[in-house]
Amino acid sequence: MLQDSGVSSVQFAPIDLDKVEKRVLTTTPRLSDRIFRGVVTSGGLSSLIILGLIFVFLLYEGYSTLHSQGLHFLTGQNWQAVVDDQNRFDAVHSHFGLSAMLIGTLVISVIAIIFGVPISVLTAIFLVFYAPNAIRKSMVTIIDLMAAFPSILFGLWGLFILDPSGEYWAKLIHKYLHWIPFFNMPKDSLYFQKSPFIAGLVLAIMIIPIVTSISREILSQTPLDRVQAAYALGATRWAMIKNVAMPYARSGIVGSAMLGLGRAMGETVAVFTVLNIVYQINWHVLLSAGGNVASMIILKFGEASPQEVKALMAAGLVLFLVTLLVNALADAIVSRTGKSGR
Amino acid sequence: MSSNNFNNDNQEDGQGEEMSSNMQTPSAAGLAEVAGSRKQNHPGSHAMGVGLEARGIHAWFGEKHVLSNVSLDFWPGTVTALIGPSGCGKSTFIRTLNRMHEFIPGAAMAGEVLLNGDDIYAPGTDVTKIRLKVGMVFQKPNPFPSMTIAENVLAGLKLAQIKQANKDDLLEECLERAGLWNEVKDRLNHHGGSLSGGQQQRLCIARSLAVRPQVLLMDEPCSALDPGSTLKIEETISHLSSSVTIIIVTHNMQQAARVSDYTAFFLADGGPGEMVEVGPTNEIFSRPKDKRTENYITGRFG
Amino acid sequence: MTSQLQATDLSSVKPSKPWKPSKRDRIEILLTLFASVLISLLIVGIKGWKSGGGVGHVYFSGLTQMKGKLAYLAVFFITYLILDFTVSTIRRGTAAGKDAIFRALVTIATTIALFPIISILISAWMRGHKGLHLSLFSKDMHSSAFTDPITHGGLIHAILGTGVLVILSVLISVPLGVLTALYLTEIQGRFTRPIKFLVQAMSGVPSIVAGLFILAAIVYPLSKSFNGFEGSLALAILMIPTVARTSEEVLKLIPGDLREAGVALGGTQWRTVAMVVVPATRSGLITAIILGVARIAGETAPVVLLTGGADTINTNPFHGTIGSLPFYIWNGFLAGTPESVTRAWAAILVLLVLVLVLFSLARYLGSRKVGGK
Repeated sequence: MLQDSGVSSVQFAPIDLDKVEKRVLTTTPRLSDRIFRGVVTSGGLSSLIILGLIFVFLLYEGYSTLHSQGLHFLTGQNWQAVVDDQNRFDAVHSHFGLSAMLIGTLVISVIAIIFGVPISVLTAIFLVFYAPNAIRKSMVTIIDLMAAFPSILFGLWGLFILDPSGEYWAKLIHKYLHWIPFFNMPKDSLYFQKSPFIAGLVLAIMIIPIVTSISREILSQTPLDRVQAAYALGATRWAMIKNVAMPYARSGIVGSAMLGLGRAMGETVAVFTVLNIVYQINWHVLLSAGGNVASMIILKFGEASPQEVKALMAAGLVLFLVTLLVNALADAIVSRTGKSGR
Repeated sequence: MSSNNFNNDNQEDGQGEEMSSNMQTPSAAGLAEVAGSRKQNHPGSHAMGVGLEARGIHAWFGEKHVLSNVSLDFWPGTVTALIGPSGCGKSTFIRTLNRMHEFIPGAAMAGEVLLNGDDIYAPGTDVTKIRLKVGMVFQKPNPFPSMTIAENVLAGLKLAQIKQANKDDLLEECLERAGLWNEVKDRLNHHGGSLSGGQQQRLCIARSLAVRPQVLLMDEPCSALDPGSTLKIEETISHLSSSVTIIIVTHNMQQAARVSDYTAFFLADGGPGEMVEVGPTNEIFSRPKDKRTENYITGRFG
Repeated sequence: MTSQLQATDLSSVKPSKPWKPSKRDRIEILLTLFASVLISLLIVGIKGWKSGGGVGHVYFSGLTQMKGKLAYLAVFFITYLILDFTVSTIRRGTAAGKDAIFRALVTIATTIALFPIISILISAWMRGHKGLHLSLFSKDMHSSAFTDPITHGGLIHAILGTGVLVILSVLISVPLGVLTALYLTEIQGRFTRPIKFLVQAMSGVPSIVAGLFILAAIVYPLSKSFNGFEGSLALAILMIPTVARTSEEVLKLIPGDLREAGVALGGTQWRTVAMVVVPATRSGLITAIILGVARIAGETAPVVLLTGGADTINTNPFHGTIGSLPFYIWNGFLAGTPESVTRAWAAILVLLVLVLVLFSLARYLGSRKVGGK
């Protein structure tokens, strides 16, 4: 058509657009690419496979317990593996009820959230909107480093350093706030150390890094034009954060708190180290007795009979499903951030 | 130079009196003169055969029809410039010419692209072979960051698994053709990122040349560069045009006038982008047939 | 006009930052701080500085019964909040007052968040360094008990064991993690969204569950004995999400341009990824691996469940029990005597140094520009 002849006839011919058919783009990748995509896809599916296998095997091992205990496994309050005089497992008199430890898990995690999340979110706000560059960078490094601390370090620190001074605070809380049921103590028991309260504080510290870093990331994505628009209207920094940044980041922050909750629920070693593990339902958070599912598993595992191990597997399955659920919710909430038209 | 250059993202020194005086008053006549000052290649006959032909190309992104019914021939040894306002489908069009269009999820197309008479979209076509014959230079210079200058130039050979006996000769030849050899011959083992933006873009041109393409697509190759670098790229394009068919998308009408033999004007007027007019560059800029073309090149819109 | 403009002496123009706090502002801040220190002293009191030979304690018991350093800090924070709020409100109005109180609040929260980190580092050093001695790095525990004096035995078997476990976990988890990241960034098939979610979910799997899984899947039905490989499998499960997510982050930083350029040169996707994309992210991928290692090096629960914790050097992960630092710490803690706890702290210190080194290495590599040499 670059020839003078024939140019216009091709391109300016009136066409009926309805008749134009989309072509199927037939990209047949080479063999090497097909292999590559196959390998990468199967690698990508590894997380699905592993999670699926975890479910299948824990269910397989724990099925007999779940079957014999039924709903009692979740609601029952005692955990007793009874053996008869020939040292054989006595299925009739053995009871595996997880409720004390489930409630313990909940209590400790909620304490962790109550203390950990506000501190983390405020820290994140400080880092995003207040801190000078140098301070921000070093703080971010320090907090990320904290995420890499081994959990047993948190446990030992909690036991040897936090617990003694925590006891003092626990007594103080008990003295002035005992009219709140949770802070009450059963009569005559004045042993405040190694309590769920202390374990919750340790977990609060352990979730600070993850909650802070996710909140920080989400807050720092607050659209700059909205921030500047707020300042241009004469807002103080607090007003800007309250009216622009927090509405934008709210669901993400809730999600990060859920992620923290998931972590707190699954923590094993730190809770085992700090807490005086007693198998009973204990709502008195200041009392030296409690436990969570994970720490109970590691406590009982050492001397468990094969049948009790099956019960522990079932407990592991429950823990797995609960944390999976919490994480799923968290993920759904976090990924919603900024999408709703605020 | 002139401060009221109507298109100041591409203002250059050393274009001579004639040009700078033209640039004072933006007009189609001025551009036509620029276009006329270049000796243009107009193939005389069909004897050589058309290198690349686009036949009734349409393009969609999802349900959005972005390009409608474009037919264009590209003759060997010519430079064709595609001009038009943003969003008129120029870039989409050239990406259909080497099958890069399909990388965008939801993309679809209609029509045929004939390379030496064969439809590149025919089932069973080896896409990688097509892209070897129809090379591409992108808007932003993108040398491979992990490779040295020499490795970058020869990257195509490795990527496409082409055996090459004398790599040093090829390296020199490609850098020479891209007008970069003298600047980098002493530091071939430096990283590509150590070069200036303009040098990086010429490195990318050299990289495209190393696989000996028949056609070279350039998607606004100078839009991220300063005027001096732009001039160098344009010189490179002029040198290359004898051996490679070049198709260049540009926002800059001066550039189109300076480097191209043919110019096609694209426009999206509410609906999908269309090609309004095509012709020898000096004609497009001196006697545009379509009113819309005239309005665009005289700066009334766009 | 023009002459006036020219007459301006340019040398007298100095750059200034009028938005920075003025001298007066700074004095005000210092005064507020100082006042809060005094008031909280008054409320809590302080239990003296030891002077000279430690004889004279300075007592000031305060107006209330509260005592101790933490109480002091708490009262100080509250006092500062109130004072800062009052001063700002009086000087600049309610809006500024609210602003001030929030600023004080976030600063205090950050301080509180820093507090445990510093305390943990200090206490790890204070308690751990007493247990450090050279033979820790040359002896194992086969002829010593945890309750022996600290100079007996060492933790070379634990260090080597942790090394073996970590290397094996890296070998298992890195290919899977990187492939997952490549799937998320390069293939983007219909599983992208679910896999993103599953990786997220996997990062929340409690370490004890990973341990139980390997018990149920391998130890009970197949091997019926403990060894290092089983521990590594459990650790790899915990490491995959870290590697996958960090790698995904760095792969996302590679501009799509580069991939297109590779393909436009006639490269297949496989060759483009292998020759252009992955080399450009090399240091980022190394960072991902290091962060993954830092995540698992101190994992205790799966190691306790699966590796059996030998007291002697065993570098064969496929046969026999194997020691490791977390297991050593665990044993030391469980034994419960002062000697064994000191051993645990010493091992923690070693582990912490290892994590710190890994972490700084990751930071250093991560801070370099993507695509550097």
